[in-house]
Amino acid sequence: MAEATTLARMLRRNARDLRDRPAIREKDRGIWQTWTWGQYYEQVRDVALGLVALGFKRGERLSVIGDNRPRLYWAQVAAQCLGGVPVPVYQDSIAKELAFVWNHAECSVIVAEDQEQVDKVLTLRDQLPALRLVVYDDPRGLVHYKHEWLRSYQEVQELGRAFAAQHPDTFEAEIEKGKSDDVAIICYTSGTTGSPKGVMLTNANAIGIAEAFRKAEDVRPDDDALAYLPMAWAGDAAYTLFLSLVVGFCSNCPESPETVQRDLRELGPTTVLAPPRIWENMLTGVQVKAADAPALKRWVFERFRAVAERAEILRSDGKPIPLWLRLACMVGNVLVYTPIRDQLGLRRARWALTGGAPLGPDTFRFFRSIGVNLKQVYGSTETTGLVSLQPSDEANPTTAGRPCPGIEVKIADRGEVLVRGPVIFKGYLKNDEATREVIDAAGWFHSGDAGFVDPRGHLVIIDRARDCGVTGRGEAFAPQFIENKLKYSPYIREAVAFGNDRPFVAAMIAIDPVTVGSWAERRGLPYTSYMDLSQKPEVRALIREEIAKGNVTLPDATKVRRFLLLTKDLEADDAEMTRTRKVRRRYVAEKYAPVIDAFYSGRNEVELQTAITYEDGRQANIQSQVHLEDVDTEAAARV
Amino acid sequence: MSSLLEIREASKSFGGVQAVTRVSLEAEKGEILSVIGPNGAGKTTVLNMISGFYHPDSGRISLEGRDVTDLAPSRIAELGIARTFQNIALFRGMTVLDNLMLGRHVHMKSGVFGAFVYWGLAQREEVVHRKRVEDIIDFLRIQDLRRRPTGSLAYGLQKRVELGRALALDPKVLLLDEPMGGCNHEEKEDMARFILDVNEEWGVTVILIEHDMGVVMDISDRVAVLDMGQKIAEGTPDEVRANPRVIKAYLGETKPVASTGGSRG
Repeated sequence: MAEATTLARMLRRNARDLRDRPAIREKDRGIWQTWTWGQYYEQVRDVALGLVALGFKRGERLSVIGDNRPRLYWAQVAAQCLGGVPVPVYQDSIAKELAFVWNHAECSVIVAEDQEQVDKVLTLRDQLPALRLVVYDDPRGLVHYKHEWLRSYQEVQELGRAFAAQHPDTFEAEIEKGKSDDVAIICYTSGTTGSPKGVMLTNANAIGIAEAFRKAEDVRPDDDALAYLPMAWAGDAAYTLFLSLVVGFCSNCPESPETVQRDLRELGPTTVLAPPRIWENMLTGVQVKAADAPALKRWVFERFRAVAERAEILRSDGKPIPLWLRLACMVGNVLVYTPIRDQLGLRRARWALTGGAPLGPDTFRFFRSIGVNLKQVYGSTETTGLVSLQPSDEANPTTAGRPCPGIEVKIADRGEVLVRGPVIFKGYLKNDEATREVIDAAGWFHSGDAGFVDPRGHLVIIDRARDCGVTGRGEAFAPQFIENKLKYSPYIREAVAFGNDRPFVAAMIAIDPVTVGSWAERRGLPYTSYMDLSQKPEVRALIREEIAKGNVTLPDATKVRRFLLLTKDLEADDAEMTRTRKVRRRYVAEKYAPVIDAFYSGRNEVELQTAITYEDGRQANIQSQVHLEDVDTEAAARV
Repeated sequence: MSSLLEIREASKSFGGVQAVTRVSLEAEKGEILSVIGPNGAGKTTVLNMISGFYHPDSGRISLEGRDVTDLAPSRIAELGIARTFQNIALFRGMTVLDNLMLGRHVHMKSGVFGAFVYWGLAQREEVVHRKRVEDIIDFLRIQDLRRRPTGSLAYGLQKRVELGRALALDPKVLLLDEPMGGCNHEEKEDMARFILDVNEEWGVTVILIEHDMGVVMDISDRVAVLDMGQKIAEGTPDEVRANPRVIKAYLGETKPVASTGGSRG
């Protein structure tokens, strides 16, 4: 197919073949507004030519910052059509991070969603020598901003239409110039270590992932997907830009980040992609609702939930399900499972994927048991977001699925997963050394993940290779596995487990302020702040119980024996997590070194120094005494 | 002078208490005028006289040159003066959307029968008003709260909905009675932003009563100061800040001159 070599050509093809089919929607003023592929093409053309009129050249880099908005996606596609490179950034990044990315990528154009984002650019303006144009989508509050380098999206599109009248062939000619090896997007890795690296993904990568995914999964042009994940995440680029353009399905932008859950329910997407965090939040939501329900409803929910989980375990082990259990499941489907799926907006979903980080087995099983076809997908930014995927009839909580067609996987000597195929990125921007470290001469990408291939042919990821270790007693220790057990509790939001070369496993816990808060309210327990709540003896006892429950299913050597409750949640702003909410373990271990030492020196209290970074980058120090708690692992066995 | 709203020598007493004495104020079209003063200075009474809840004992109030002194509150609302209340006047059991739709009531023409049949005019009207309300919802960024009963919202959000209810009237003049009272720092910042945007983008004239001096000095075009029911100063924020009578009213007689409140970020 001569046509299928760049994303820009895919757009042109869609505008021709799928002209009147919905391409993208946005909920605005409470109503879903639709643009067809024909209109999508026109929107992209107008903004692209507007950029040309303002001097945009091939190879220039255009950044977008904001929530998922059609106009921000169009700006990215426009850059691609012109041979430029989109660089999406996380809109919740602090100023220092933004300045780093915009400078490193030498972005000359930034398309910002609204005043809030424009203000961020404004404060950094002096530090960004390459920047020459800022375009804003929502004009609200910006009428009095007078800068010649600041223009409204509408203005740019009008310039584009005027330009088209005089140069009707320019846009098509620019699309023709595109090559499959051109960089199509630069996604900055959230970087669990060090400063972010710019991952260059080419048109060939973009089309490669779409083709590989299409062969592994049933995805159709009439599918509906919700575009709500951060645009800077490679997963969203792969899904909302690459897959949508290649397959032709419709992406739907929610009204605001706060309305995602409601919009999801209204829309009922046919395919869903969500990181573990979202699944955990949904489950917590269900658990909270159940806890608040009247006794009878609660009883019905708990009964049928147990039934479903039992059936699901049998199913995933390939064992027969007894007739009575099957009948119970049918009743449960009417009474409990379907209503829950409906409430969550998952009723129409043919498949749902979780990726980006491992999802706890119990959470995974819950969704499967209520009839959501949830499956694990594995990939990283450097592999355009895709390596392997579970087929629907082989879904299970422990593996990462089968490598997709065209993607090769092999395990290196020390258990590191290596990947080769059309999805492997071109290289890190301005960092050949780092590129050479991860792509070897034979073209294998060294993922840094430790894993193995099971007898079925499924890839199993154990953990980040360098995080795995052994406890002082010589037992294998994979922190994520333990943390996921703990995070199954609705009261525990984040957990970081330690134990490498230590006599036992200890964990730092961040409580979930919403669920613990309402738990405290139900008990008439007054509290003032997160910090206050986290240090209540009652809350400590609650978490101790929850950990004991999690310990039941852990092998003896990796049971959590000591823990403490952090006085604040782990935050990306404090560099404790990545923007995609993965714990930066090394950094956390360094930052909390005195606490970790205290765990193993038998002390009962420790001075906790926490530096908090506010959104504007200011820092503050908070000091507090925190209790170290013991978990009775013997008692835990009896729970 | 094209003053939109003019209060001339208005006085009001309750029994033996003289709440407001011969106060004159003029609000220009498109400006933000703040009325400040210690507790009991008569600020809310002035607002109540403008909106027709009280009628002045003497003096006149006019809107666009038209005398509105003795009109009923509902008539004054129809003429384009909307207000918010210090202690929030929303229907707590009704959703945010319904509260805002109700705020459009003065603009609705179809009667009970028409609404009951919900056909033709009534339906078309509903759509037009809903569109306007959706603009306000978008403006105030409360898309996630449409279906929530207002009583269940956090205080700061109720204040925001209260502003939305007043905006639903499409007012020429917006009277805000302590819109930031009881709000935290972030909510205050948001509210200040909304007030500025309403003023700049929709050209609404704003008369603001507020205790947070930082906010008042930051966003007002002019400030009038009341003390013991009388106007003691009027001018730009800087002029008012430097006025010795104002300093005295705020800090008492014995204290030395110091900056009053000052402007905060």
